[in-house]
Amino acid sequence: MSEEAKFRWIGTRVVRPDGVDKVTGRATYGADFALPDMLWGRVLRSPHAHARILSVDTSRALAHDGVEAVITSQDLPDIPSEEAFVGEQPTNFRELSHNVMARGKVLYHGHALAAVAATTPEIAASALDLIEVDYEVLPHVLDMPAAMAASAPSLHRDLEPAGFAAGATVPPNVSRRIELGHGEPDQGFAAADVVVEREFTTKPVHQGYIEPHACLVQANPDDDITIWSSSQGHFMVRAYTAKLLGIELSKVRAIPAEIGGGFGGKTTVYLEPLAAQLSRISGRPVKMVMSREEVFRATGPALGTRIRVKMGCKQDGRLTGAEAVLHYEAGAFPGSPVQAGAMTMFAPYELEHVRVTGYDVLVNKPKTAAYRAPGAPMGAFAVETVIDELAEKLEIDPIELRLRNAARKGTQAPFGPRYREIGCVETLEALRSHPHYTAPLGPNQGRGVALGFWFNAGMQSSAGLNVNEDGSVSVISGNPDIGGSRASLALMAAEEMGIDYEKVGAWIADTASIGFSDITGGSRVTFATGMAVVEAARDVKRQLCERAAAIWEVEPERVKWVEGEARLEGEPDREPLGLVDLAQRAARTGGPISGRASLTARGVGMAFGAHICDVEVDPETGRVEVIRYTAVQDAGRAIHPSYVEGQMQGGAAQGIGWALNEEYVYDEDGKMCNPSFLDYRMPVASDLPMIDTVIVEVPNPRHPYGVRGVGEVPIVPPIPAVVNAVHAATGVRYFDLPLSPPRVLAGIEAAADRGA
Amino acid sequence: MQYWSPGSIEEAVGLLSETGATTRALAGGTDLLAQIRIGGQAPERVIDLKRIPELGRIDVDAQGFRIGAAVCSAEIGEHEELRAAWPGVVEAAELIGSTQIQGRASLGGNLCNASPAADSVPALIAAGATCTLAGPDGRREVRVEDVVLGPGQTSLALGEIVVDFRLPRPQYRTGDAYLRLIPRSEMDIAVVGAGVCLSLDRDGHCTACRVALGAVAPRPILVAGAGEALVGHAVEGDALAALSAAASAATDPIDDMRGTRDYRIRVAGVMARRAAVIAAERAASRV
Repeated sequence: MSEEAKFRWIGTRVVRPDGVDKVTGRATYGADFALPDMLWGRVLRSPHAHARILSVDTSRALAHDGVEAVITSQDLPDIPSEEAFVGEQPTNFRELSHNVMARGKVLYHGHALAAVAATTPEIAASALDLIEVDYEVLPHVLDMPAAMAASAPSLHRDLEPAGFAAGATVPPNVSRRIELGHGEPDQGFAAADVVVEREFTTKPVHQGYIEPHACLVQANPDDDITIWSSSQGHFMVRAYTAKLLGIELSKVRAIPAEIGGGFGGKTTVYLEPLAAQLSRISGRPVKMVMSREEVFRATGPALGTRIRVKMGCKQDGRLTGAEAVLHYEAGAFPGSPVQAGAMTMFAPYELEHVRVTGYDVLVNKPKTAAYRAPGAPMGAFAVETVIDELAEKLEIDPIELRLRNAARKGTQAPFGPRYREIGCVETLEALRSHPHYTAPLGPNQGRGVALGFWFNAGMQSSAGLNVNEDGSVSVISGNPDIGGSRASLALMAAEEMGIDYEKVGAWIADTASIGFSDITGGSRVTFATGMAVVEAARDVKRQLCERAAAIWEVEPERVKWVEGEARLEGEPDREPLGLVDLAQRAARTGGPISGRASLTARGVGMAFGAHICDVEVDPETGRVEVIRYTAVQDAGRAIHPSYVEGQMQGGAAQGIGWALNEEYVYDEDGKMCNPSFLDYRMPVASDLPMIDTVIVEVPNPRHPYGVRGVGEVPIVPPIPAVVNAVHAATGVRYFDLPLSPPRVLAGIEAAADRGA
Repeated sequence: MQYWSPGSIEEAVGLLSETGATTRALAGGTDLLAQIRIGGQAPERVIDLKRIPELGRIDVDAQGFRIGAAVCSAEIGEHEELRAAWPGVVEAAELIGSTQIQGRASLGGNLCNASPAADSVPALIAAGATCTLAGPDGRREVRVEDVVLGPGQTSLALGEIVVDFRLPRPQYRTGDAYLRLIPRSEMDIAVVGAGVCLSLDRDGHCTACRVALGAVAPRPILVAGAGEALVGHAVEGDALAALSAAASAATDPIDDMRGTRDYRIRVAGVMARRAAVIAAERAASRV
């Protein structure tokens, strides 16, 4: 019997529980909530990239007809420094507070410094103009070399750089140095036949979720606060709002809305604490909705980077050593994902000598936020481009070169531990055997490949499973569904219970209705919350067997749950008791039947993805068109293959946009020039070919169904796959993103000039 | 804000001639409404021209075509006769915005918004289109290239509106084409736009050629030298290279987030040359 045949529901493509609501427009997102007497909140934002706030006079705004409350940082508690970990990027509550509402200084163009609540959105907007702010404009820094120059203005005078040796000279605006690896890379380079060293830069890019941040908050006179908002974790919203207001978590209830995309960008808060404070002051519910421009100017983009990579290789294709120096732009507050970048960039390879040093650098730009595999795509861009160049120099097929060095079970990862069961080799082999890899190419076309790695977070999850009075089952969890997780959780529940998927409802409960659950992030929900669902289902099955035993007046150990019903062992003629029977008799056998599980998930399954990209480059305009794309990924086991494929296609689409046209463009004053989807060029549907997907399944033995996280891996390989393809088409190596037409054409012309 | 929806040209001209309030004419609104929404414009009065019958029709007679200034791009694209006669003008109109925008965007609005990057304008200039203006002093006919003066500025007098665009029936062996360069495949603004209209003799030599460029100067420009470079020659080789060089030389673009100055200069020549080749193919296929 094959492994797959064991399953009735796992691996099937059922309709998702939230599908009909979404395609009919009935799903309720963050901006869809309203209450009687509701006010509208708006935020006043800094017109300077760096300035001291000398005074703020809100009296005229407050006097304006229809304005019910105005707040500045003076209306929020000045909270102490305290580290909070939210899953993908560390956050300090004091810094979070200062990002949500500037205190003393504004640190980037768009930084919030006051907020108003008024009876209409128009009155709120016009009241902003009545707030008088006196600034002392300070010199600003927009890129890392400028920020680290000896004469650079400091963003934070009280910065205490971490990770430096005592007495070391620390450049300005560097908050942290990290280092990891093993062996001695110089020894590796000495043993190499070929060494390639390159420097790469990438620009900040936005996650580009379609739904802007939005919330509705109601504070009652007894200070109970209810929040409706869309986020990647309503427990995160509750904790951050309570912390920033200095109140108990038990006073706050956060109710999750449907989420119109997050990609890491909704793992923090911007509006909820402001709306809550405006509501406390005005005594009325306050709704806040960001404009797209605000989303661009003031919410976390992914960071810009500068990365130097050096790798050595023997003639036979064995890598001998690798070294990298990372500079990661944190934005206006510390906390770039430089650690994750350092950990992941060389992770696909077996390396005796590897060392990565990284720096977290502050600049006068918005505080960056997590974006799908935070920090990894940039590192992969650098490493996979260098690998491609090594393959070219050594005349070894680029997939073959990667296979010769691929991480396997027992390989020591650059971040320390030895891998357990991983599917790096299987993924590369599936890529190599795909017909795409050998398909013919036309003129001006080129093919690139790249490999990528990402973790799978475990963290804390809770789940409940209620047997309803009619024998149907409700699965309750505490994680917003950003990628089809309700369908996956319901499938696992159906499989575990041995019942029809149609009998399972999947719901996301608010913070008062289920145990704590960490954010939806780190590719963890189907893995970790799935574990909790399975555990809760097993709890329920145990109870069902006990109820059946009570009815049959036998020892519970003799009752087994098989194919959705209780059977008495050794008595095949005994009529089994199904869910409907047991549910209907629950009142007389001990009351309602419900299971629960709260756990810290262990046994994460790290994952690899490998992509092939074909491009056609217009040699006269530098315009790049992606003409064919194939993504291969080890999913451990695909619970719902369509949503695994959807993750792979979505990650590829975002990575292609990042590679080709997306970038934050700033003017000299530190103002973003392109805060709209017109000039911030994410790909539109017609820019992309059908993205073909191949799911590889190397099950994770430490998950009941073999799951690995799948949401983030697919954004790691696309940038180098695209860039390597452009090299194959043009003969030009590009080291700076994005590969917009002007940059590509300049590269082609420079190469032609060198040739001539 | 006041919204007016006049039913006649006279009424519209009257409303637009009044001074004292900031007034903007609205055709499809695909530029104006977006500008109002982001706070770039705050007119006190908006005069909607879409209800005026004369502005909403395409008429064809023996002389040629009359395209109402407020006819939307989708209707232009669906007009078989116009499409066959002036494919370059039609393809330019069809490049404006998305499918949804196509149901609103008009040639009159595209011209009067006076963006240097308007897609339909270089195509209309190349085709030799004129437009009818109506104002307090009556009607006058002007060449399309004389309307836009600079970013956001037109030669229209106070109270004047564009009523329609006029295109003749194409001459013997004449064809037009419009190409633009955008980083994406749609829903973008031209980094460079090039419209070309040319005529061929029996032997395939060019007898007349007009080249117009967008997004490479403060306003869409007619590049006489580029057209002249092709006249008397077959549409190939050195003559095309001369057209391309003349097109690049005529530009005076800016550096911005959509493209660098050097890039635009370079690509203007490429787009003009490619548009000329397509126009020549179309001309050659006409009897």
